[in-house]
Amino acid sequence: MSAKAEPWQTAEIAGPKKALLILKPEVVVAMVKRAKRPILVVGSLAAEDYSDDVKMIDYAIRMSRAAEIPVVATAHMTTEFIKRGLRPAGWMPAVDIGNRLKDPEWKGLDGTGPYDLAMFMGLPYYMEFVVLAGLKHFSTNLKTISLDRFYNPHALWSFPNLSVKDWSESFETMIRKLGVE
Amino acid sequence: MVWGASLSKKALHIKIKELKSDIAVAKDVEVSIGRIFDETWTEPVGPTPFPSITDLREWDFKLLQRYKPFYLPFCDVCCLCTFGKCDLTGDKRGACGLNMAAQQSRIVLLACCIGAATHIAHARHLVEHLMEKYGRNIPLDIGGLNIEVEAPVTRLVCGIKPEALKDLEDALDYCEEQVTHLLSATHTGQEGSNLDFESKVLHAGMVDQVGMEIADLAQISVLGLPKADPEAPLADLGFGIADISKPTILVIGHNVPSSVGIIDYLTDKGMLGEVEVVGICCTAHDITRYSSMAKIVGPISWQLRYIRSGLADLIVVDEQCIRADALVEAQKVKAPVIASSPKNCLGLENRDKNPSKEIISDLVEEKVPGVLILDPDKVGEVAVETVMAVAPKRKKFKVIPEIEEIIKAAQECNQCNECMRACPNNQPIPEAIKAAAKGDLNPLAEILESCIGCARCDSACPNDFPLHSFIVKAGEKQLWAEKFKMRVGRGAIQDVEIREVGGPIVLGDIPGVVALVGCANYPRSGKEVAEIAEEFAKRRFIVVTSGCAAMSIAMVKDEEGRTLYEKYPGSFDAGGIVNVGSCVANSHIAGAAIKIASIFAKRRLRANYEEIADYISNRVGAVGVAWGAYSQKAASIAAGVWRLGIPVIVGPHGTKYRRMLLGRKDKAEDWYVYDARTGDKVYVGPAPEHLFTAAETKEEAMVLIAKLCMRPNDTTRGRAIKLTHYVDLHKRLYSVMPDDIHLFVRNKTDIPITMKDEILKILEEKGWKERRIPDPTLLPRLIRKRGE
Repeated sequence: MSAKAEPWQTAEIAGPKKALLILKPEVVVAMVKRAKRPILVVGSLAAEDYSDDVKMIDYAIRMSRAAEIPVVATAHMTTEFIKRGLRPAGWMPAVDIGNRLKDPEWKGLDGTGPYDLAMFMGLPYYMEFVVLAGLKHFSTNLKTISLDRFYNPHALWSFPNLSVKDWSESFETMIRKLGVE
Repeated sequence: MVWGASLSKKALHIKIKELKSDIAVAKDVEVSIGRIFDETWTEPVGPTPFPSITDLREWDFKLLQRYKPFYLPFCDVCCLCTFGKCDLTGDKRGACGLNMAAQQSRIVLLACCIGAATHIAHARHLVEHLMEKYGRNIPLDIGGLNIEVEAPVTRLVCGIKPEALKDLEDALDYCEEQVTHLLSATHTGQEGSNLDFESKVLHAGMVDQVGMEIADLAQISVLGLPKADPEAPLADLGFGIADISKPTILVIGHNVPSSVGIIDYLTDKGMLGEVEVVGICCTAHDITRYSSMAKIVGPISWQLRYIRSGLADLIVVDEQCIRADALVEAQKVKAPVIASSPKNCLGLENRDKNPSKEIISDLVEEKVPGVLILDPDKVGEVAVETVMAVAPKRKKFKVIPEIEEIIKAAQECNQCNECMRACPNNQPIPEAIKAAAKGDLNPLAEILESCIGCARCDSACPNDFPLHSFIVKAGEKQLWAEKFKMRVGRGAIQDVEIREVGGPIVLGDIPGVVALVGCANYPRSGKEVAEIAEEFAKRRFIVVTSGCAAMSIAMVKDEEGRTLYEKYPGSFDAGGIVNVGSCVANSHIAGAAIKIASIFAKRRLRANYEEIADYISNRVGAVGVAWGAYSQKAASIAAGVWRLGIPVIVGPHGTKYRRMLLGRKDKAEDWYVYDARTGDKVYVGPAPEHLFTAAETKEEAMVLIAKLCMRPNDTTRGRAIKLTHYVDLHKRLYSVMPDDIHLFVRNKTDIPITMKDEILKILEEKGWKERRIPDPTLLPRLIRKRGE
């Protein structure tokens, strides 16, 4: 796995505080296990092909089930989740879930309290970039992880730019270590 | 705020050529004796004539209390002064004391000042040019007997009723003054509060609307553009519409006088038909409004592909949204350039004082790559005479490579991915190049559909391959097939149309007005705009459009070969697709909303901003959609309708404006209004839920559009119609019922009859309680005491 922290879109330079690189998928596993209230935000690109046999949404569903993490589907992704047998815990535009996650008073989708770990995948790179920036600057007590295969520097943690194969293997490891599917 | 406030903005300015008296003879005497106002308009002056940057602050704060900013910074630093760079991460402050929220709102204000200044300067140029050429007293006429309220935005904001060209100067003076004040607030050490920056953003947007209205009023009145005509003619649009056997002039930009100069010269010389005049962006809109001889190539993104294809024998650029490298690109295809705007001189020599023959000779003999000519009539002469001489020499010389060259280059590509990483839409260019290396150009051709024409791929390529040209060549067949019809911009909405639809809109029988506006920075394809337009036209919304979006709407045909403009009427009525025109014609969209309050509801218009905005935000189910918004002008246009309480949706690239204005439907306390009948505070639900939001996909945009058209004042019948569309779209596109339906149902008669059982079940689960429908207002001063 490459250790270079370069934004995927070349000009998207974040500033002094850049995402820490996830060099081993176990980092994500540990953060999820440590989190009291994790949430997974899945965007519209998740149903598009990463390669002939890899779709992000399938990994999102498996991860959600393995670690019992609620999913928020953005855009029209509810359709894709329902097709695959998972009803998301919530659905709303990406900027709406960002706006709520930054609010320490938000009681969450189930009304029981704020989230402490938000993981993002499948949003257009530049959109995820700015939503993560909003959370970096304006949320309190929230950790963020970008689970896409591109380095997204406004997250607290992000994968580096990865090949589909490396990314896919990382997810297999995470799912395996997060629990029985 | 006081009705009948004095309106003292108009200076009495006397110029005397020669004054003789017993004691002296004075020449060129100018006397200013303060400001007076022509009181021929009998409507009392409202509380806020020519509002200052703080006069509507209270109203702004009402909006901002409900629709709070969510900032989306690009980066952690501020680099605007020599204290910096300053790290503003989290709760840090810069050396000047500013925090991240204020810095982001400051950037938004800067963008809106740029946008407003651009339209206002455009208007100033047009008004001065037209007064100089045609006289100061040309009456304003944008719709004949069909329009009495000819300048709703200017009347509302400034409190004046302009009747002749010269009357527009007062409003322009005002706009320029306001932009100067607003811009000054962005200086280091001025404004420190993000909410005050946001109030100023709304002010910039408001004066921008005035500037746009002035520009379109002036050009419609003087140049004879369509006057609120629902049946404005159809123009040819597309890459393949020009007769390239003729000399071809390409005009690019937004400010039409130099293009008018070309058409006038061709007309005067009897040469119409000998030269093709084609346009890109809003100049194309306005020149086709002026002349049926002109044609439209396409939106802003078509610049490079058209220039590099060598089809233009001469290029005339005016102002706004023109590629900064237009001259460089034109030189590659040996096409001379005429720059015609003081705002976009391109480093070229000003040749206004030279004889035309000399300039033409220099261009034809390639002594210079281009010239700057600021006199529009001279542009006309030089452009036409030059193109006639240049075209036979150029022979449509192009720099689009042949297929063999592409394959050869593709075989040398080392798949570094830099092109893809530079592409705003992350297009799989490396994969397409890999296929091209094997002789398959189809993947490259597919990229053209979502290519925004920026050519960042070219710049990024370490081998200097002209990747954008590769894509254009691969997609050549589909490009040449682009032959469409667009109804040219009709201008304003007629008063009589407003009278007919005002009631159905306010009551909700017409489920909404969807304004598809803005640029072509699309996340996938311009066809998505056409899909949205048709979806809502079929649903009997009123679809209004302008600018590049109006062109994209034209670029889809049905099985019978008809475009949407041929299928749907151009009237401002349910099921219409109404192209108002270029960017500056956007003011007619805000103007229509204002006229609903003024003409249909008979609210006082004159300098009565808050009340009209309050009316619109509570009653007029309009929503703006700028699917490909990229520019600062798009930012200020949006800000202008936000202040009227009209929500705007942008595409995913719009998140880069760095701030959304989002409501929280889960916070019931944010959604109370006064009942003007009783003064009671009444919960009305999140209608509309947001003031500025971004959708990630067209499907999400469609659901949002339907939802954001709901207003507190909807009648039960109207709300049922709106809910039908919202639920139907939500179920179709999301495969589930909306999770917030209980917030929009006020009583059981709101429930669409065909969905009754399903919705009643949800209401029961949510513990829903029936509530009343108020006469909604956010302004305590509009509360009528019981019995009055």
